[in-house]
Amino acid sequence: MELLNLPYHAVRPHLGRDLSVEELVETYLERIRRTDEVVRAYLTVTADLARAQARRWDARIRRGEELPPLVGFPVALKDNLCTRGVRTTCGSRILENFVPPYDATAVRRLVEAGAVVLGKTNLDEFAMGSSTEHSAFFPTRNPWNPEYVPGGSSGGSAAAVAVRSALGALGSDTGGSIRLPAALCGVVGLKPTYGRVSRYGLVAYASSLDQIGPIARDVRDCALLLQAISGKDPMDSTSVEVPVPDYASSLRPEVRGLRIGLPREAFGEGLHPAVQEAVLRAVRVLEREGAEVEEVRLPTLEYALPAYYLIACAEVSSNLARYDGVAYGYRSPRAGDLYTLYARTRAEGFGPEAKRRIMLGTFALSAGYYEGFYRKAQQVRTLVRRDFERCFERVDLLATPVCPTPGFRMGERLEDPLQMYLVDIYTLPVNLAGLPAISIPCGFWEGLPLGLQLIGRPFDEGTVLRAAYTYEQATGGSPKAPPLVEGAR
Amino acid sequence: MTEYEVAIGLEIHVQLQTESKMFCGCSTRFGAPPNTQTCPTCLGLPGALPVINRKAVDLGLRTALALHCTVHPKSQFHRKNYYYPDLPKNYQISQYQYLDHPPLATDGYLEIEVEGTLRRVGIRRVHLEEDTGRLLHPEGADYTLVDYNRSGVPLMEIVTDPDLRSPQEARAFLLKLRQILQYAEVSSGRMEEGTLRCDANVSLRRPGEPLGTRTEVKNMNSIRAVERALQYEIERQRALLQRGEAVIQETRHWDERSGVTFASRTKEEAEDYRYFPEPDLVPLEITPAWIDRVRAELPELPDARRDRLMRVYGFGRYEAEILTATRFQADFFEEAVRLHPSPRAIANWLVGDVAGYLNEHNLELEDLPITPLHLAELVRLIEEGVISGRIAKDILPEVLGTGRRPSEVVRERGLLQISDEEALREVVRAVLAEHPEPVQDFRKGKERAIGFLVGQVMKRTGGRANPALVNRLLREELERLPA
Repeated sequence: MELLNLPYHAVRPHLGRDLSVEELVETYLERIRRTDEVVRAYLTVTADLARAQARRWDARIRRGEELPPLVGFPVALKDNLCTRGVRTTCGSRILENFVPPYDATAVRRLVEAGAVVLGKTNLDEFAMGSSTEHSAFFPTRNPWNPEYVPGGSSGGSAAAVAVRSALGALGSDTGGSIRLPAALCGVVGLKPTYGRVSRYGLVAYASSLDQIGPIARDVRDCALLLQAISGKDPMDSTSVEVPVPDYASSLRPEVRGLRIGLPREAFGEGLHPAVQEAVLRAVRVLEREGAEVEEVRLPTLEYALPAYYLIACAEVSSNLARYDGVAYGYRSPRAGDLYTLYARTRAEGFGPEAKRRIMLGTFALSAGYYEGFYRKAQQVRTLVRRDFERCFERVDLLATPVCPTPGFRMGERLEDPLQMYLVDIYTLPVNLAGLPAISIPCGFWEGLPLGLQLIGRPFDEGTVLRAAYTYEQATGGSPKAPPLVEGAR
Repeated sequence: MTEYEVAIGLEIHVQLQTESKMFCGCSTRFGAPPNTQTCPTCLGLPGALPVINRKAVDLGLRTALALHCTVHPKSQFHRKNYYYPDLPKNYQISQYQYLDHPPLATDGYLEIEVEGTLRRVGIRRVHLEEDTGRLLHPEGADYTLVDYNRSGVPLMEIVTDPDLRSPQEARAFLLKLRQILQYAEVSSGRMEEGTLRCDANVSLRRPGEPLGTRTEVKNMNSIRAVERALQYEIERQRALLQRGEAVIQETRHWDERSGVTFASRTKEEAEDYRYFPEPDLVPLEITPAWIDRVRAELPELPDARRDRLMRVYGFGRYEAEILTATRFQADFFEEAVRLHPSPRAIANWLVGDVAGYLNEHNLELEDLPITPLHLAELVRLIEEGVISGRIAKDILPEVLGTGRRPSEVVRERGLLQISDEEALREVVRAVLAEHPEPVQDFRKGKERAIGFLVGQVMKRTGGRANPALVNRLLREELERLPA
């Protein structure tokens, strides 16, 4: 258990000395076997691939070759990231047997940086959901309490990192899908600035909001993973040519003079008192470390949710149109003519949440409704972005809760989409504005982890990470492990 | 009978001459085995993303400049959403016109000449988009196959205002546009091969009234077909209106064989494409420097080429116009002249016998297996007295049909011109002896009789006699004959 509890930056010095990559990877594969029956974080375990990659790194270590920064880092990948030769399901029946012929750029960069791929993790279908209950295959459970959801949609990735069945992971975040499960599972998750990480090979949910990001045990590992996947990619026109700083080596516990804003609108009605208390306590820690805290305003915050669902669903209705049973993916065995091929394939291939959003988005884009819905939502999006810009004229970071409530039980919100959508109220405005934000553990309520969100200026992931690191160091280092560790060695 | 005014607007799709596709690096080469020029992006695989082909934008800008359009400094791509198996993403990346998201270029014009008068046709928009795949229906099969090689090939759409007043004007417009596209090296512009496609909106109205209800005519595979289809459709609408019936707004397909248009969609309502800005692409920013570069690189356009040919070679406007009708022909002509500087003779052959041959065989100059060298050589052989013009005409079909060099054909067929004076004099004497009547006629002053005699000499020599020499010898021998 000792090894499993170490973050990568603490494991790294052992590699090539008293630990081989293969031993490290075997330890994690064993951990998957022991925990995944309960947690069900993985959709696919790539044990052979991981072992082969591990042996290659060990050989290079033995030969004394120069090693990349993440050599031997055992990672899990959310199953909406394309992996060459490894099926990529997106948690959907419609892609149940889809094997991509190419790697996502972020995956390729991570592997080139030395990471070893343990497998593909569970998610809400096409990353649409906040609990991982909308996976077509099975729900993932929260390692802190299997009665509870791990959050979503990157629930598999966050749960795996929390339960030590992966040392780190990649997720994707469209409205909070990295930050929410990171918060509910008690790990660190970062959504980068829109354009910081290439989306090439990320199966699109909402293209203008999606961003790939790391989920890790602590802030330093998070910085290392972010470092590896960031940067302009010629294959993604929306990735941006901004230099990638050395996030990990510039981490220091130093926030003196940093101005942190608390948006008044984020601490109002609907916020669970335990969450409010934990977040404010965390902010006070940063204040003690020298940060200056002041109240700011985000007056359009309440309009962000409807705007988000209109824009995201509009894009979904188009992005998911390609799953038609023609060239790849599921095809209904009852398909007859062209119309029934489309209708039956999609009726049988998509789950209820995907259908709900496709219909919502189709409606929002329809003639006569475009102006009132889609365009209006884009206007709101502009206002939300300006709200944030105004805040960042006065402060360097914003601090908010990640989720208005502590974790919720399996099934609790499944039948009520609106209640489910509301858990993203603090995270999705950040996607509308394209900003970087981190979720770090900031305490517990009845044994369930709670999360603090720190939001930064565009491409200022460095400051976000530094503040998170300062908090982490001031409160005793890496977050603790969930109790679900019996049977682990 | 009521007089109606015709309003025709054209929607033209042009396949751009780029090496790679609109949004990925796949080759655009035509005729490759099915699905060999594809990648995750043009197959619409999950997670693949488009990247704009800058060369395609260059070609769009060339067209925009040639058509006097306003180029928008920031234009946007959109998704046009509809389901069809040749469209792998079930949306086409195209450009739609929203005020805040304009297409590449708008508000231009093209001037055409019809029956001596100049007409200015408004160009509403020029935009870029991607082509679809191709459906293949194997004979007798109960399934359809899809070839995605064409999926993502760059297309440019050009939309005119409803300014064309007759099928003839539509034809003149298409000819002129095609000529410009070819000269600007934007597209091969061949309707028969689908690199240029044209749909037409047509309506009738009484003069002074607003535009009438239009129909959209599709499926025309040649410029001639456009003209015919429009003629048919105008007469159909005229008949409806004269009977007091209404024209229904609909899409109609042209049937080349039966020469009629027929309604092709039963659905009355317009399809809703749910356009919205393509979130996978950032707005396309066209800087003044980009436009300047494209302007500087713009190849010589047809009118400029025509004027230069008039200036440099002294051709009349009409001749120069014919020579420059296609970029290929103008290039062919100038290259031949470079190889053998007899512009007048080369031009005569090109627009005379070569054009006649093409007409007869329903071919285009570019279909022939010959190079400018062939024509240059033919003219040189005549001018050097190696063959007569008559022989040249005789061997032309073989040269054009096989691509063999004229000198080779001449040598092989033993057609070298006879310039041996003594040998020819024998023939001339024999001809004069056999034809006393024309000889008499000539003496009576009938100059024309000499033509007959020349013909006879040619006949005897299989056309190989040097005509100038024959003429001189005939006159000499006629002088010598006893009265």
